[in-house]
Amino acid sequence: MRTLNELKCTFPARSENESFARTMVCAFAAQLNPTVEDLADLRTAVSEAVTNCIVHGYRNREGVVGITVRLLPDAVIYVRITDRGCGIEDIPKAMEPLYSSAPAEERAGLGFTVMQSFTDRLSVRSKPGKGTTVTMRKKMCHATDETTD
Amino acid sequence: MVELKQEPQKLTVFLGGELDHHHVKEIRETVDFAVREQLPPLLILDFSRVTFMDSSGIGFIMGRSRLMEEYGGVLEIHNPSAHIRKVLRISGIDRLAVIRSNQKTHKGGVAANAYTQ
Repeated sequence: MRTLNELKCTFPARSENESFARTMVCAFAAQLNPTVEDLADLRTAVSEAVTNCIVHGYRNREGVVGITVRLLPDAVIYVRITDRGCGIEDIPKAMEPLYSSAPAEERAGLGFTVMQSFTDRLSVRSKPGKGTTVTMRKKMCHATDETTD
Repeated sequence: MVELKQEPQKLTVFLGGELDHHHVKEIRETVDFAVREQLPPLLILDFSRVTFMDSSGIGFIMGRSRLMEEYGGVLEIHNPSAHIRKVLRISGIDRLAVIRSNQKTHKGGVAANAYTQ
């Protein structure tokens, strides 16, 4: 699909960058003047994917997270989030609600469930030892009917 | 980021800012320390000042729920925003803990405590 605009960025896999990462994606998506709800959904889905890279991909060790955000026709935002961490052995298992490979860290095991619920399309590609790439697409509704103060 | 209010029968935790994986780590320590010290029959997590929450916040709530169960205490969730409610619904936690909101009127007044399921 034709890319209308694009942003690429890499940053160290540290938990203090989670806030920056989701804010950056939402700042890019703001050019569509989306509804507050759609923006909150996108922010949450990105936060889940980036947290997964840090907690699971790199297991809180050093690494780099890559984000590509694209504006596609029909107000669709495409986000690709990549790590070169440990990868996922069993993707369907990892995507099961309430499953977590790090229960000791008090993870709810709902990261993929949230990504699925808050976007229109989610795909996960992973190779053990090589890393994981999560791709999400979300159509953003235009906020013309909303009044802003 | 966290403000605690201790009363004889309850402990209220006013959470603030962004409840993500990064911030939950330090909040958890503060809250657990206060709960273990006081062992309140009722723990209230107040979300009115929380501007963002992802599933790390759910993990945090589930963990505190287990902590309260250890000694028969009760957990309540107060004043989550519309967005936080949505995340709570996905987790099913709205079926495990009582969620209450002070529904504000347009004039800034506060309506009676409303229960929401």
